[in-house]
Amino acid sequence: MSNRVVITGLGIVSPNATGTEAFIEAIKKGKSGIRFVRELADLNFSCCIAGLPDVPAELVKKYFTSLQLRNFNSSGILYGCIAGMEAWLDGGMSINNSDEADYDSGLIMGTGSAGVEKTREAIYKVDGGEVRRLGSNTLTQTMVSGVSAYLGGMLGLGNQVTTNSAACSTGTEAVLMAYERIKSGRAVRMIAGSTCDHGPYVWAGFDAIRVMTYKFNDFPEKGSRPMSRTASGFVPGSGAGALLLESLDSARQRGARIYAEVLGGEVNSGGQRGDGTMTVQNSAAVQRCIRNAVDSSGIKPQDIDAIDGHLTSTSKDSLEVRNWAEAINRKGEGFPYINSLKSMTGHCLTASGSIECAAAVLELYGQFLYPSINCEDVKPEIAEIISESRIPRELTFPERLNIIAKASLGFGDVNACIIFSRFID
Amino acid sequence: MNKDIITEKLKVLVKPYVPEGKLLNNINEDTNLIKDLEINSINLIDVILDIELEFGIEIDNVSMEKMTTVGSAIEIIMNKLGRPGTSDA
Repeated sequence: MSNRVVITGLGIVSPNATGTEAFIEAIKKGKSGIRFVRELADLNFSCCIAGLPDVPAELVKKYFTSLQLRNFNSSGILYGCIAGMEAWLDGGMSINNSDEADYDSGLIMGTGSAGVEKTREAIYKVDGGEVRRLGSNTLTQTMVSGVSAYLGGMLGLGNQVTTNSAACSTGTEAVLMAYERIKSGRAVRMIAGSTCDHGPYVWAGFDAIRVMTYKFNDFPEKGSRPMSRTASGFVPGSGAGALLLESLDSARQRGARIYAEVLGGEVNSGGQRGDGTMTVQNSAAVQRCIRNAVDSSGIKPQDIDAIDGHLTSTSKDSLEVRNWAEAINRKGEGFPYINSLKSMTGHCLTASGSIECAAAVLELYGQFLYPSINCEDVKPEIAEIISESRIPRELTFPERLNIIAKASLGFGDVNACIIFSRFID
Repeated sequence: MNKDIITEKLKVLVKPYVPEGKLLNNINEDTNLIKDLEINSINLIDVILDIELEFGIEIDNVSMEKMTTVGSAIEIIMNKLGRPGTSDA
């Protein structure tokens, strides 16, 4: 009996595709999900482009009853539940219709805000003295754990059912938390993922601190440019990703398809000390996170074939590359491949970690690397550290693709790094 | 508004909250909203809001607690609408 942990299912609601098959096709083609959003322009935002998933009505009706959809106004819960259900079914599991909870299976579905649009409705009613008019489902849509509560009920899960929140590192942290729970034997399988509401109320704070780009409103698909010389801020996105993690024993026993394996990882914080602040990572802590992730996975830095970066299309991209180079002591031609899904999806905030982990898993399963688009003009500071050939600008089939290191770095100076491996029996 | 019209409107209003349509087939005054129609107790709040909207009335908390059966619901609605001869008129 091993305590290895593998990934047996994936669910994706991304700005450039909904559903795993569509997502694979989209990322191979370098398809951008960014478009101009009129509402943002009307509200005087500087950044008027964003990534919004396309969710067909049939898909919503597949998982939500008409009663649940009455007075429902929470995009984050919608995305998260769809991704979670898809991961479960993609993993070959069936929906629990019995009277007993499934105590072997749990979920961790993170988020950063809860039913922002619904909260706005509620605030107007409360301020207008109309608290009675909130109805029965305002509470469940506006509590931060709403997404995990809805999903847990849809699947009748009986193990841990919770929502984590760690800014942009939420999704990656969720996968690591699920990994640890299964590895310790306290769950057989866990859906791990994260979601993010879309809309002006989520993105306003970022626009106010001028961290999003305002230069590509006329060229939306070119706006998100991680590692590019002309990057000028991130593009906001939204959606959800979910990974079904499972013990290898259980996966084998039920003959499940195995996408990849989780070897280990690390979460830490820079404490907003040293060169770290609320919005800028402490470099020493990032490097420590990466090194610990590598050590705890039983691999050596040389074993990393590709890095799926946090890389947001801001001035911090070069610092991140430098931190990777120093942490694993590799540079120039000897650096691993490095790409950023944000080039196609924008920065999906709390959903970013999970959607990007799912992409990394698909790369290992399909033995390809998606192109890091909008990077024709590599930033000079980055080209000084790594060879430009390390950044795939088109669909790439590396000679060796066994290990991918994925990191997410969040506001609050919080970091998560996870090591995925091609599954080898 | 007479009792039959109110009863028909009520059936339409509770329908979204009743898990199986056939439960509405043989309702009478004693039909219990939770026990017989299997409406989730938390959805009673929504039923009441829908009733208030449909009939243009307001149902206070005391009346809300009494609304356990189809009969009591109709009674309360008629009271709020101002049935001739009652003190609420």
